[in-house]
Amino acid sequence: MQTAQVDRAATTTHDDRTADRATGQPTISVRGLWKIFGPAEPKIAGSPLLELTNAEFRLRTGSTIAVRDVSFDVSPGEVFVVMGLSGSGKSTLVRCLTRLIEPTLGQVLLDGEDIRAADEQRLRELRRRRFAMVFQHFGLLPHRRVIDNIAFGLEIRGEPKASRLARADKMLSLVGLEGYGGQYPDQLSGGMQQRVGLARALAGDPEVMLFDEPFSALDPLIRREMQNEVLRLHHEVGKTMIFITHDLAEALKLGDHVVIMRNGQVVQAGSPQELVAHPADDYVADFVRDVPKSHVLTLRWIMRDAREDDPADGPEFGPDTVIRTVIHAAATSDKPIRVVEAGRLLGVVDRAHILEAIAGHLEPGQVEPGRVEEPGPTPAT
Amino acid sequence: MTAGTLALRGRRAVALSPRTTWLALGAMSVALYLVFRDQWILPHERDTAVFQAFNAARDNIDEVKRTVPPVSLVLDAIRGTTDWLYTTILGILVGLGWPAVIALSTFLGYAAGGWRTGLLALSGLGVLGALDLWDPSMKTLAVTLAAVLVSVAIGVPLGILVAKSNRARAVITPILDVLQIMPQYAYFIPFVVLFGIGAASAVIVTFVYSMPAAIRITALGIRGVPAASVEAAESLGSTAGQVLRKVELPLARKTIGLAVNQTIMLALSMVVITVVIDGPGLGENIIKAIQVLNVGAIFDAGLAIVIMAIILDRVTEQASLRLDSRSGAGRAGAARRRLPRRLVLGGLALASLGAIGLSAIAPTWAGTVPEEFASLTFREPVNDLVDWIQANLYFLTIGLKDAVTAGVISPIEKVLRSSPFWLVIAIGGAMAAMLSGLRAAVITVVALAGIVGLQLWDHSMVTLASVLVATAITLGIGALIGILAASSDAVSRAVRPFLDAAQTLPAFVYLLPALVLFSPSRFTAIVAAVIFAVPPVVRLVETGIRLVPETLIEAGRASGATRLQLLRKIQLPVARPALLLATNQGIIMVLGMVVLGGLVGGGALGFDVVSGFAQRRDFGLGLAAGISMVLLGIALDRISQGAGRRRLEDLGERAAKVQVHATP
Ligand SMILES: Nc1ncnc2c1ncn2[C@@H]1O[C@H](COP(=O)(O)OP(=O)(O)O)[C@@H](O)[C@H]1O
Ligand SMILES: [Mg+2]
Repeated sequence: MQTAQVDRAATTTHDDRTADRATGQPTISVRGLWKIFGPAEPKIAGSPLLELTNAEFRLRTGSTIAVRDVSFDVSPGEVFVVMGLSGSGKSTLVRCLTRLIEPTLGQVLLDGEDIRAADEQRLRELRRRRFAMVFQHFGLLPHRRVIDNIAFGLEIRGEPKASRLARADKMLSLVGLEGYGGQYPDQLSGGMQQRVGLARALAGDPEVMLFDEPFSALDPLIRREMQNEVLRLHHEVGKTMIFITHDLAEALKLGDHVVIMRNGQVVQAGSPQELVAHPADDYVADFVRDVPKSHVLTLRWIMRDAREDDPADGPEFGPDTVIRTVIHAAATSDKPIRVVEAGRLLGVVDRAHILEAIAGHLEPGQVEPGRVEEPGPTPAT
Repeated sequence: MTAGTLALRGRRAVALSPRTTWLALGAMSVALYLVFRDQWILPHERDTAVFQAFNAARDNIDEVKRTVPPVSLVLDAIRGTTDWLYTTILGILVGLGWPAVIALSTFLGYAAGGWRTGLLALSGLGVLGALDLWDPSMKTLAVTLAAVLVSVAIGVPLGILVAKSNRARAVITPILDVLQIMPQYAYFIPFVVLFGIGAASAVIVTFVYSMPAAIRITALGIRGVPAASVEAAESLGSTAGQVLRKVELPLARKTIGLAVNQTIMLALSMVVITVVIDGPGLGENIIKAIQVLNVGAIFDAGLAIVIMAIILDRVTEQASLRLDSRSGAGRAGAARRRLPRRLVLGGLALASLGAIGLSAIAPTWAGTVPEEFASLTFREPVNDLVDWIQANLYFLTIGLKDAVTAGVISPIEKVLRSSPFWLVIAIGGAMAAMLSGLRAAVITVVALAGIVGLQLWDHSMVTLASVLVATAITLGIGALIGILAASSDAVSRAVRPFLDAAQTLPAFVYLLPALVLFSPSRFTAIVAAVIFAVPPVVRLVETGIRLVPETLIEAGRASGATRLQLLRKIQLPVARPALLLATNQGIIMVLGMVVLGGLVGGGALGFDVVSGFAQRRDFGLGLAAGISMVLLGIALDRISQGAGRRRLEDLGERAAKVQVHATP
């Protein structure tokens, strides 16, 4: 994952971006969302049964609470990651957003529009124009050529053949599959098939892209390549993305915001740094235990206020630089690192702090973001 | 684990007591039989109140049909449409003439399956013409096509409905289940009453018989479409119609093709039998030849049926494989052969056009196969062979026939006929209770009592005796071949083509070898039934044994078991559910041949049904016999099916137990 982390450091601009847009309306807003599978679903609203734990609930009603009272906001243009172990309700949650699975209770707003109130035709319209989804097992149509798979969404919404094929061709080169349009999906490798899935999702020029563990079925090497591809595409096309994964490294690499789910519930929400620095409970702590802190945390998280007697000629870095990129500079200079943003000195980082971060000895409380600015709004939980 | 062991022990305790119960039951039956022999028997009567009531009911229905306009209007409309469909298709086939039909079939065969299939169609149809059986063949083909057209037109949409709607599934599936255990002839009775006899009825019966396959297999195909593909289409905003048209139907295309293939094969096997209700075609040739005992003529007509079955099977099978757009290899292969293929297709299309032109110019010539050409026949050699067998082997075959008849069939028949009817019913009920539970016992008793009510007890006992003997022979032979095939790949490979061919052939064909060897008799009917029923039994036995988990066999081998010990101690006991299922299937298949057996000397119920269709006076008898046979079938099915089911559950538990042992 090392190169990946460098990539991330090199392209890290998201904190500012979300900060800029924090005042605007969220693209997607989820409030009090529940999904219950089973016979109890129809008459459950307001029932005291909802207070039960999942296991008790299943015992009493024979039904499963797959998503429990989930709320969050997704800002325009951000990559919003939902992470959790298998069975924690991620797939169900992401399908509830476009009602591929009908939610039981709660609210889903897309740019302020209540999706649960949409009639069938409106819902189709939303799926055709505003959302697009990439699936874990690709969901390609085996009887159609690659090019026709990519054009499928456009065909569904009635675009003429010439224009949809032209568009599909463009998408094909966007995902680096020039020349494969005439192949059938089963003639491509898994990674290439998922590129087709990506291209199909991009073809409709959606506002929001939903990814349900898109790379879980791929080899680790291919997976990393595809993650970089998503980062690149995000950079180029700037879509709002909701990304489901069970892989913490993937979550930290891609996410502007990460939500951690367990038993259908959100247990923590925040930036990757917040999760690593302040795991909300043992469940999250378990997840982040093996993550090298120096690969995730930025200087903002370990700097202290500058003092009068600090040398003014130490190496300078931005506050969102990942710790591990400054190791070399810290090792070759005996002066503390100066954290500078737009010519302003935000704080300094002593060599000892860097060593502690590398050793992973950061205790909660020892790590506090600099008080100049919070790294981003914490999503509602 | 403790609970499991306890449960196991409990089962074993229960398993011991049935043996004593069986013994007690057997002893009691024998005692009762000895005491009450020849009392409470119900001898056959030529004319009974029940038969008269059925005749009267039929007259009433006829009366209603004549005098109540809406009923007659609807029935006439259905009959008229069907008749029109048949006549139109036959008209086209006849109008095209034999050269054009052969050329077009070759074209279709080549388009569907390449030169092999094309050649098969060409030579096969050529033989039909050469056998001088062109006209009856076209009639059979016309009935088949008319019925299949309707079956597919109604069955495929229904299949889609069954796949998509739980409510439709809940309504339709049980109906299909019942239709599945109904023997072919059971379909005739209601439709003869409603539509009389003749081509239209033949088409309707054939359609009703073949449609369930279309429904079932289509539903299977649609439900087999990966959920991920459907979900992806929905996520892009597809309407339900778009999902169906662009995802489900294309992906289920191959399966729907196979549904059509199966529908055609079932239809063909039915069409030949519809001769019993005056259906047109090759069946007529066979029945006429049977009546004058011309085995050679039966051979010719039987060969024609086999040829038609094989052509229809291969062409539609190949066509549905071609529809499988999913296989990359198929696509690549098709691309490689594209150019020469187009040339041949073009040539065949031109030949077809030429042949059609020929028919237009010289309709009389194209209408009948020229005499010089239509001179192939196997009558003489086959009849010579039969004569030779009669002269030289009859001491053997007749000896066998007489021995089995005198030594096995007659005694069983005698016991059954001389038993008090209530004893037979009680034994049937008790067996069902022991093997399949109380519910099955009730059904069995009610079904058997129904036969008493229909006043056909005596004939039913005669038929039952034949069915029991035929089933026993079938299971013996089937198990033997099945075990051999399961233990040796070479044997398995050797019998496979026969099993495949057997599945393609209409039941009628099986009468021929039986007739050749044994001339009409009860025994002949039994032999025909055995030949008919052995292949599926072999298949089930082989599959059952081969499915025995490898780990169990390894364990046996590790403890030094010989091959025979492996078979006796591990494979057969573990495969018991499959063996019992094979028993059930064997019984059903044997019963399915009973009516046809009536044509070759089987007598009793089978003959009653046949004469019921032949003579208006005997309609009541025929109907009662038909219902009796269905009741007998239900009783035997319940007794044996429950056993298979119970053991299947057992197998599930046993497999679970094996896993428990394997995993700690
Ligand atoms: N269609 C369904 N019917 C019943 N239970 C379901 C269904 N889909 C998911 N579940 C249950 O809901 C829970 C969450 O599943 P899912 O959303 O697939 O989790 P994840 O994607 O995080 O692995 C699981 O307990 C699962 O068994
Ligand atoms: Mg999932």
